[in-house]
Parts: sequence; structure tokens; C-alpha cells
Amino acid sequence: MTPTRKRRLIAVLVIILGVGAAAVVAMKALNENMLFFVSPTDVEEQNLPAGKRFRLGGLVAGGSVSRASDSLSVKFVVTDGAASVDVMYDGILPDLFREGQGIIAIGELRPEGYFEAAEVLAKHDENYMPPEVADALEKSGHTVESATEKDT
Amino acid sequence: MNSRVLPLMAFVLLVALLVVGLKIADRKTQLPSPLINKPAPAFNLPVLGQAGRTMSRESFLGTPYLVNFWASWCVTCRVEHPVITDLARSGALRVIGFNFRDENADALAWLAQFGNPYEVTLVDLDGRISIDFGVYAAPESFLVDPSGVIVFKQLGAMTHDIIETEILPRIASMESGN
Amino acid sequence: MTVELGQIALLAALLTSFSLGLFPMIGTYTGNRRLMAISTSAALIQCLLLLVAFGILTSAFVNQDFSVEYVARNSNSLLPLHYRYSAVWSAHEGSLLLWELILGLWIAAVALFSKRLPEVFRARVLAVLGWVSAGFLLFILFTSNPFGRLIPSAAEGLDLNPLLQDFGLIVHPPLLYMGYVGFSVAFAFAVAALLGGEISRDWVRWSRPWTLVAWAFLTIGIALGSWWAYYELGWGGWWFWDPVENASFMPWLVGSALIHSQAVTEKRGAFGNWTLLLAISAFSLSLLGTFLVRSGVLTSVHAFASDPTRGIFILIYLALVVGGSLALYAARAPKMIQGGGFAGLSRETLLLINNLVLTVMAAMVLTGTLYPLLIDALGAGKISVGPPYFGFLFSWLLVPMVLALPIGIYSRWQQDSASRLAGRLMWPLLISLVVGAGFWITVPGIGLVAAAGVSGGVWVTAGSLFYVGQHMSKKKHFKIPASILAMTLGHVGLGFFLIGVSLTSATSSEQHLRMEAGDQHVMSGYTFEFNGTRIVQGPNYTADEGEFIVAKNNREITRLYPQKRQYAQRGNSMTEAAIDPGFTRDLYVSLGEPLDDRGQAWAVRIYYKPFIRWIWLGSILMMFGGFLAAGNKRYRRKIRANKTEQTGTKEVTA
Repeated sequence: MTPTRKRRLIAVLVIILGVGAAAVVAMKALNENMLFFVSPTDVEEQNLPAGKRFRLGGLVAGGSVSRASDSLSVKFVVTDGAASVDVMYDGILPDLFREGQGIIAIGELRPEGYFEAAEVLAKHDENYMPPEVADALEKSGHTVESATEKDT
Repeated sequence: MNSRVLPLMAFVLLVALLVVGLKIADRKTQLPSPLINKPAPAFNLPVLGQAGRTMSRESFLGTPYLVNFWASWCVTCRVEHPVITDLARSGALRVIGFNFRDENADALAWLAQFGNPYEVTLVDLDGRISIDFGVYAAPESFLVDPSGVIVFKQLGAMTHDIIETEILPRIASMESGN
Repeated sequence: MTVELGQIALLAALLTSFSLGLFPMIGTYTGNRRLMAISTSAALIQCLLLLVAFGILTSAFVNQDFSVEYVARNSNSLLPLHYRYSAVWSAHEGSLLLWELILGLWIAAVALFSKRLPEVFRARVLAVLGWVSAGFLLFILFTSNPFGRLIPSAAEGLDLNPLLQDFGLIVHPPLLYMGYVGFSVAFAFAVAALLGGEISRDWVRWSRPWTLVAWAFLTIGIALGSWWAYYELGWGGWWFWDPVENASFMPWLVGSALIHSQAVTEKRGAFGNWTLLLAISAFSLSLLGTFLVRSGVLTSVHAFASDPTRGIFILIYLALVVGGSLALYAARAPKMIQGGGFAGLSRETLLLINNLVLTVMAAMVLTGTLYPLLIDALGAGKISVGPPYFGFLFSWLLVPMVLALPIGIYSRWQQDSASRLAGRLMWPLLISLVVGAGFWITVPGIGLVAAAGVSGGVWVTAGSLFYVGQHMSKKKHFKIPASILAMTLGHVGLGFFLIGVSLTSATSSEQHLRMEAGDQHVMSGYTFEFNGTRIVQGPNYTADEGEFIVAKNNREITRLYPQKRQYAQRGNSMTEAAIDPGFTRDLYVSLGEPLDDRGQAWAVRIYYKPFIRWIWLGSILMMFGGFLAAGNKRYRRKIRANKTEQTGTKEVTA
């Protein structure tokens, strides 16, 4: 093998190894950072993804939002018409957060049964609903009960 | 020769993935509503412009009707308005407006400006009923048969085409079938 | 009546683009010079028609013609005049028209400024651009017509989304599109080269200024988007690895590789296939990005209203343009590696590392962006890929590139010696290590990674500046050639960028608090005193405006006035952050929401962001570097030299 060919071969091998290593690391990082979408029905049926953190999506139930008087803690209920999940969030909610609005909360389900949100997202368009939430609502079929019934 | 074909092959795979992605995205908008062939959700709503009067799901039993969700802030509703008007005028079925997440004053002004095609307009102020119907865009329409069962859902603006191909045939089969 | 004229103009532009695509190309194969000459007039006429169409849409906005549906959806009678202009590109249809207009302008520029290129090659370049334009016009006319009427016409418009009523929207899309679309020129050059079976490297030299200008625009376009998100969204963030952001970043990464690869191919003849492939890929990624954000395939807070039927159209267009060019590449790319070989340690090797790293980065971003789609397609669930994936990989991939950069600047072509390079780079290395260590020791909370990032940025900056110094001392005068200055600006810009990102990511402070009038909060040495809110009136909104007195060492340094706006028409609220900008830090306050009925207590966000401006300062420097490099007289001079060499070549005048 000529020196040039040998050099080229080494170069190609180094490149393949490098790119291969990058690919392996990338796949690992990808899998660690995948956030699954979970609906309230999935939570009720204990249909939870493997990782601890996930995205909970649904509508904000009417009359369910309550703020603490001395801190930024806020409680609300997320529903898909068939099931509901209590959510606790310590922080400032996005501008478009409203009752009846489709939102996505990122966080973990606490052993006590409520969802502790680290982030709450609503899109910049009051008529938008995240497709996953829409799917979940459709799947839940909407019983005759209102999905966001206020307490009377 | 081989290595130079790789980019093209990678691209072909990418396009395949995107085609599947489009089908999925399309499905999201075309997903048949699970409400089809189920009774329309219960409602008991005030009538726009008639203080004290309400109408419920039961008020409409016996004839087919179109539930048309609209709002004054919805621009596409203005686009479908002439079609809804034509449908109402044809007398093929009752056309009932469901004004949701809106203000009564704005709704009345909208109807005054563009014309009122509806037999009545019911007011769903906070949108609770729209959620029961699974409405997440505006406008959306539901065809309900005389026994109160939803037989068709239209997402987005109603068109003459849809009326011809989906609404009128179903009404015809209602009248002959039952 | 006039808006229909806009539609007619678009139809005429479509016909012109067909002519541009068809006749000159035929002319290049039949040797018909008249057909080839059509390219210039077709290009100019198309541009004129697009200007007319765009002008008509703009006037519909300015005159508030709510009988046009697009205007009714995105404007309002209370909208201030300057936003009426920018509202034109605030949503899907109008932004596509802007895209197409900018393409028309680029094509006209190529027609006007490339008269000295060989006519066959030039005709092919313009014809390819003609096809690109034709496809886009078909897309606009069939699926995204901005001139549709609303009957009956609306009495009042729906208003421009408040988030878009901002300076950022005025500048960000046009500049971004200048870059995005500008890569079509490099693409056309590459395709023309493949069609002609060019063996010579001249075509690469001709394409460099066009590519550099497009790259510079894309750099500033992305930077503006980041800056805009920072001050407009109120969360203190400046990059979210959102699919729409990724869609613009991928062409930038590939474009950066391209401008370097072009240099190697021009000067040494190597990397010929890399250059071809990168040129095709940069524009392909632009088109792919356009597809991703408008088709509904990806969920994003930024995405335009999704419409899968539009998606099908763009996908077909994408498949034809990209698939066609890649097929051409597979068939025609030169089989042999050209140009001289190079040793293990040489400028070529280091630029090869550069090419590879940037390409892998782009591939990594693409994977992360499309992964949710893949998982969904496989029916394995609905996922999103969190930002840490991108951030982690990106940081690690930067390492080889940052290390190689100053070495690449100093190293000779073809072969260099390690000892010579080590000697030159000793000082920059030392300085970068000292500064990095200094930050690590003195700044609390800075991790090793961020300190390494600062080191890397200093390494790049010092390496670039020392090179200039060495050059000046060798030549014994202070005149720096524009090409070296351009290169230095670009690399120093990157260094500043790295320093800014490292420091901001690692040492920013953020607090979400409940505050009442009179409350004080201390953060990072600054005292923020909340003085309550009052109501202020804007042209189309009402706002609660808060007052914050900021002090340091008991001396007041500024007052900040964040607002919570309610826009009349759409009825939604919007946060307007208040920022005290600085070279070494930003202070940032935004109002969250009122926490009691009387509006006395508010949820407030306070941020301390050190060195964040360096991110955009670095980007601006990179942009200047790109523009300066494009102006290199060498590109213009040598073509004239070529002309005198060739005998019997008559210039074709348009």
C-alpha cells in the first residue's frame, strides 16, 4: 500500500470512528431527552412512560385555578374530558393560560398523586390547541358531562 | 460511484419519513369524531337576543338540524357565512347557530352586519358546550338527525361541495330510511 | 379592484419564471445565444412583477383594505402605520410572497452582476433559479394566495398578533429570508457546474461572493430572531432549540462549512465534491425548513398555521428540487479527487475537520428535530426532544472545531510542521488557559464546562488577533488586507459568541417572585425595588406599567418599566419586558400576572444575564466578516483577466 493510500485509509477510519462515536452518543442523548406526551386518561390508567419526566396535556378545567396568597404557587386541574389530574406549579403562568385553554405541562407525577409541573406551555394563539391534546380529547370521546364543569 | 449515491438515498429515506409525517398530520385534522353516531351532548343554552328563553337538546328532536359553532372573532366564519345562509334558505334542514366564547353584543353586531341565517342562535359563553362537542377550531358544524344523533362533523368552513356530497345525501337517507 | 392586479402580476411572474427556466437552458444545449440572452430580461421582468405584486399587497395593508382576507386576519384599524408595513409578512401567505420577492431580487442581482461569466454557465445558473422560482410561484398561486377576497368584507380586522407588533418582526424575517433564499444562488451554481461537467474550479470562485453575502444575511437574521425572542417573550431565554429555530440553524451550519469548503476548492482544488454537496445541501435545508414549519408535521410554538395539503405541495417541490440535484450529483460529480494531496498536518486537514464537525452538527440537529416524527410514524408514542439533547451534543461537537480553528488560521496549505505551529500558537493558548482559569476561580457558580467554553472563545479570539499581529509585523506596516480582516472579524465574532454563551448559560440568575409596592429584592449585587403599577394607554392597547428602581451599592442606576398589555381587538394580554442592557450584563424585569384583585401584588420575573450581549455582538461581527469577504476585489479582478485570455469570446449584452 502506498503511503498516500495508507494515509487516506487512516483518515477514513478516523472519520468513521469519530462520526460513529458521535452517532452513538447522539442516540443515547436522544433517548435520555425524549419527553413522552401523556393524557389525563393515561395517568388514570397508569399508562405512564418509563422516564420520570413527561408532558401532560389537556384542557384547564373551569373553576379549578387557585393561587396561594403569599407565594407563586398555583393549583389547577388538567382534563381531557374523561379523566382529570391535579397540577401544582410554582411560578408564573404563560400569558395565554386560561380556563378552557389547551396547555401542556412538563414535570413529574408525585407519589401523592398530583403532577408537579416544572414548565407550563400555551401557544401564542388563543385558538390553538396542541395536536396531541386534541387527539387525546377526541380519543376520550367526551362524555355527556362537560369537560370543564364549574363547581356550583 | 457508490458513495455519491448515498446523499440521494438518504434523501429518499427522509422524504419517505416526511410523507408518513404528512399522513399523520392530515389524520389529526381528518380524524373522524368519536361523536359520530352518538347522541349529541346535552345542552340547555340561552337564546341570543331573547332574554330568559333557553333551548335544550330535546327542543330539537324530530327534525334534522345543523349545529354551527361560530364567533364574531372568527374570520373564517365570515368566509363560510354565505354558504350557511344558502343552506338555511334552501330549507333542507334547520340551521342553529352556537355562538361560543364570545360577547352577546359582539355576536348581535356581527349578525346585524352580515345577516342572520340561523333559526335561533344559542349562547355558549364560556365554551363549555363547545368542549363537549369536541370543538377546537372555528367554525365547526355538526349534522344531527331527528333522533338527536350526530351523523356528520365538518371541521372548518362549510362549503357547497360538502353540502352536496355529505349533508344533503344524509338528509335524504334520513327521510327515506326512517 | 387593485388586489386582483396583484394576482395577475403573480401569474405573469409565473409565466416569466417558466421562460427563464426553459429557454436559456435549451439555448445552452443548442448553442442558441439569443435563447440564452433571454435569461437577463426574464430575470429582470420577473423581479419587477414580484415587486408590483408585493407592492399591491403592502398598499392593501397600509390602506387597511379589509376586503382582502389576509389583511383582515392580520391587521386592524388601530394598528400603527409601521406595523401595517411589517404585517405583510406576519403570516403564512404574505411571508411566502416575501420569500418569493427576495428570490426574485437575488435572481435579478445574479443576472445583473454576472455578465462576465461564460454565457453557457451563466444561462444555466439563471435557468435553474428560474425553476426554483416557478415552483414557488405555483405553490403560492395554488395554495397560499394572499390576494383572496373576503366577501362580505370585514368591518374590522382581527389585528396583528401582539407578539408580532414589534421591531423584531419588521427586520427579522426579511433579513433571515435574504440568507435562506440566498443559498439558492450557490445551489444554482453547483447544479450548473454539474450540468456542464465543469472540471475547472472557476465556478467555485464565482459563487463565493454570492454565498458569503447569503451567509452573512442568514447570520444576522438568526441573531435578530434570537434577540427578538429574548426581549419579547419575557422569559430571558435566547434560544430554545425549537423546530423553527432549528430549521434556520441547519442551513447556517452547512453554509458555514460551505464558505470554508469553497475556499479550499478555489485555492487548492480539493474538497470539490464536498463543495458541491454542501452547496446543494444548504439550500435543500432551507427548503426543508420551509416545509417543516408550514406543513403541520412538527409542533412548535412558532410554527405557522399548519396545513397538511400545503405540506404535500412543498414536499413534492422539495423532492423534485433536492432529489433532482442529488441525482445529478450522483451521476455527474467528478469521480476523481482533484487538486493536490495534502499532508496530515495542513490547512486542508484542519478545514476538513471543520467541514465534518459542522456537517455532523447539522445532522444532529436534523435528527433531533425529526425524531418526534419518526417515533410517531412508528406508532411508538408522541414525544418531544428536550433542549438538553441539542445543548449537550452541540457543546461536545464544538470542542474539535474550536481547537482546530486557530491552528487552521496559522497553518500552511498542503503541509506544515507541528513545531512551527506550536511556536506561533503558544501565546494564544496560554492566554486562553489563564483567562479560563481566572473565570473558573473567581466567578462563583461557574462550572468547568462554562470555564472551558470561555477558554475556547478566548483561544479563538486570541488566535485570530495574534495572526493579524504577526502578519502586520512581517509586512512591517499596519495595513491589513481586507481578506484577512474579514476572516478575523468572522472568527473573533465566533469567539465572542462562545464567551457570551458560556457565561450566560452558567452564571445567569433568575428569580420568580411575588412583589408588592415597596418590596425590595436583592440579586447579584443589584437591588430591585418595586414601586407598584399604573395604567398607561398605547395606540391599540392598554397596559399596567410597573416601576422598578434598580440600585447598586446604594446608588440608583436605572429605572425599569415593564408592561402587561391588553390589546383591544384580540383581547389577549402580552408581556413587555424592561431591560437595562449592558456590555457585561443585562438586567431584565418582566411582569407575570397580578396576584390580587386590586393589582397591588404582582408575580414578577427578575433576571441577571451576564455577557448576553456578546452573543449578538459576536454574530454582528461574523456578519461583517462575511460581507467584507464578499467584497474581495479578487473575485471581480480575475474574471476580467480571464476575459482577456480567451480570444473570440464576445460578451452577450442583454
